[in-house]
Amino acid sequence: MSSSTEADHGAASSDDAAVAGAREKASAADRGAGSGPAAGAPPPAGPGAERSVPRWRRSLRPYLLIVPALLLTGGILYPFGLGLYYTVFDFAASKPQPDFTGLENYRRIFTDSSFWDSAWVTVLYAVGAAAVETVLGVAVALLLHRSTLVGRVLEKVLILPLMIAPVIAAIIWKLMLQPSVGVVNYLLRPFGLGGVQWTDTPTGALLSSIAVDVWVYTPFVAILALAGLRSLPTSPFEAAAVDGAGWWFTFRKLTMPMLWPYVLVAVIFRFMDSLKVFDIIYALTEGGPGDSTVVLQIRAYLEAIRFQRYSFGLSYMIVLWAVVYLAAMVLVRYLGRIQNRAAEVPK
Amino acid sequence: MDMHGQLGHDRRRFLALTAAASSVPLLNACGAGFGGGDSKSDGSAADDVTGSFDWQRHKGTTVKALLNKHPYTDALIADLKAFTEKTGIKVEYDVFPEDNYFDKLTVDLSSGRASYDIFMLGAYMVWQYGPPGWLEDLGPWMRNESATGAEWDKDDFLPSLLEGTQWSLKAGTPLGQGGQYALPWGWEANVVAYNTEVFDKLGLRPAESFDELRELAGTIKRKAPGAGFDGMYGVAVRGSRSWATIHPGFMTMFSRYKLKDFTVDGESLKPAMNSPEAITFTRDWADMVKKGGPPSWTSYTWYQCSSDLGAKKAGMLFDADTAAYFQAVKGASPAAGKIAFHPGPKGPDGSLATNMWIWSLGMNARSKKKSAAWLFLQWATGKEHLRKGAIEYNHIDPVRKSVSDDPAYRDKMSELPGFIETFEAVQDQTRIQFTPQEQFFDATTSWASALQEIYGGKSAGPVLNGLADDLASKVG
Repeated sequence: MSSSTEADHGAASSDDAAVAGAREKASAADRGAGSGPAAGAPPPAGPGAERSVPRWRRSLRPYLLIVPALLLTGGILYPFGLGLYYTVFDFAASKPQPDFTGLENYRRIFTDSSFWDSAWVTVLYAVGAAAVETVLGVAVALLLHRSTLVGRVLEKVLILPLMIAPVIAAIIWKLMLQPSVGVVNYLLRPFGLGGVQWTDTPTGALLSSIAVDVWVYTPFVAILALAGLRSLPTSPFEAAAVDGAGWWFTFRKLTMPMLWPYVLVAVIFRFMDSLKVFDIIYALTEGGPGDSTVVLQIRAYLEAIRFQRYSFGLSYMIVLWAVVYLAAMVLVRYLGRIQNRAAEVPK
Repeated sequence: MDMHGQLGHDRRRFLALTAAASSVPLLNACGAGFGGGDSKSDGSAADDVTGSFDWQRHKGTTVKALLNKHPYTDALIADLKAFTEKTGIKVEYDVFPEDNYFDKLTVDLSSGRASYDIFMLGAYMVWQYGPPGWLEDLGPWMRNESATGAEWDKDDFLPSLLEGTQWSLKAGTPLGQGGQYALPWGWEANVVAYNTEVFDKLGLRPAESFDELRELAGTIKRKAPGAGFDGMYGVAVRGSRSWATIHPGFMTMFSRYKLKDFTVDGESLKPAMNSPEAITFTRDWADMVKKGGPPSWTSYTWYQCSSDLGAKKAGMLFDADTAAYFQAVKGASPAAGKIAFHPGPKGPDGSLATNMWIWSLGMNARSKKKSAAWLFLQWATGKEHLRKGAIEYNHIDPVRKSVSDDPAYRDKMSELPGFIETFEAVQDQTRIQFTPQEQFFDATTSWASALQEIYGGKSAGPVLNGLADDLASKVG
């Protein structure tokens, strides 16, 4: 670093041609390395130091730099590829030497009514949970944003459900929703509602599962929305206040449009996670009563692990992956458009 | 010189080579990837054991066991020191609760590793773990006098229990033929246990028929809260969406009605849980649960059923005798001392056919320490340990005649009203009532799901017909 500075100084004190020569050499050395210095990396040691590094090592450097990314990509793609490969066989515990069956597993899945039942339950769950969490999360964020003292205290409490493993939360709720000894019915008893069989009916089981999801993850949406609210510029709100705009008008026309990119990030995360839900539903209802809460993930688990039809279970997982991937792609594109619109400077 | 161009070319080549290199193990893995169940060797490792029998043959070895959290396990662990003293073999073990135990065992065995030499399993698991070759056939070990001590005495086991873990690995063939894929270690008969206090107060008697049982369950639910048993319902039976819901009380009563899960037609199995009689029975069972069963029944496992009986929340329990026993022993629960046993309702022809659960011990076919593991299995299913477990601990329902006839055991169990009488009444007709087949867990989980739907108000006929159609393609 110091040699480079001294060289530049020396060049400046002699003549411009020498300066230009020195810069040309430095530039050539940089090109030889294949790329400029990375952001955040220390500045180059200067043309003399760079020349002292053997050429083969300089050539190798960019490849070494991509090794972690390559390993990471391989670590992701290898099991995925292997899983995908298994889906074209009829591999199961009962058939350890399987035959190639092509797309038979997928054909079976798409022609099986139980798949469509599960897909419907999965969509209901994901849309229901993400929608309720968004509405409640934004509402909680607005409340916390208004009162700073209460807000600061409640923020600490709000984050508690996020610190509990979802499966534990589901077990806690399972006990609380127990009709005869659960605390929920105990609290509802004075209102004449003490005998509710929360998870004994298909609708009740689905709504109870969504409720637990909402309990665990609403704080996540609220925290993101609150961070968004706090980062919004104040001048449009001040202008609206001066113009006498009401709360609802300000919320509709200013707060939500400006906050939406932040909320949408939370929605994307929650929607994708809800499509993949397993722990909450399995701990709460095991997929019952009947098949009413058997989401795709539970069906895949039962097929692959409990019933040991590995290829068939993997095919379910691949289908679920494709659904989540497509949904994420659509939502992320939408998010990009929203963010671009939000970033546009009004003319 | 166009350095960028050259580098770009090299980079492409490098990436292509890397991708090719990565694909080699991928393809290799794919080719050999279905390795979870390669074919078993023909010769048993038992044949390698020669000479005279010696408990100390593997002194200094360590074997690893996977165990389920259970009072039987507690008795085993408490006595492990005796095994180590006798053989010089150390036993390391992991204990998992039942909710996760079988998933853990299944994943471990299917991975093809030999992380555990010995494990607990139920007889039904033989139908799932046997065909892929994960279980060691213990028959050759039992027959080899160099490997098996004379005092082990195979003939001392209750015959139905040894038969229950012996199978030909062919769907539909009866048990008691083929390889011995596990050893009986403890068993459970599904009978009725009831709270004598509420029965006395309401002037009730145990039901002798299924109709009486349904009536009784409803009566208790209606009358017990008014008689000082707040929140008590009639009968605790399992209801979660699991195979475990079907096998205790439900399958017992189903069998007492001479009903079958499948019928064997030549080489294929045909679902029979939708016969007209089975439809009527299933509808009546769901009706009994609705009128006299636990609230939130669809989540009920044996833990809830057992604890409800102990907490005086259930007037009766139709489940494993051990589930009631663990609540009935002195100091175990508020209902302790007030729980009596009864064989349960008879079938229309007086049948006391009872479905059983056999806690068994098996050996990993991939174990590297089979001979030492066999010594452990011999000890754990031997007379000495099982007698101690039954008398000093809670390892009840002996798998050995010598233990069930032991005066000290009978003295201990006679403190519980009706236990020995019930045990003796059902013993001869107690066996595995299911048809052995590999898709057992799928079939019974779907069956439990169907039962939940019927309980929820759907018509039994269409639900069971749908179940049978679905299973016909999977099992048949």
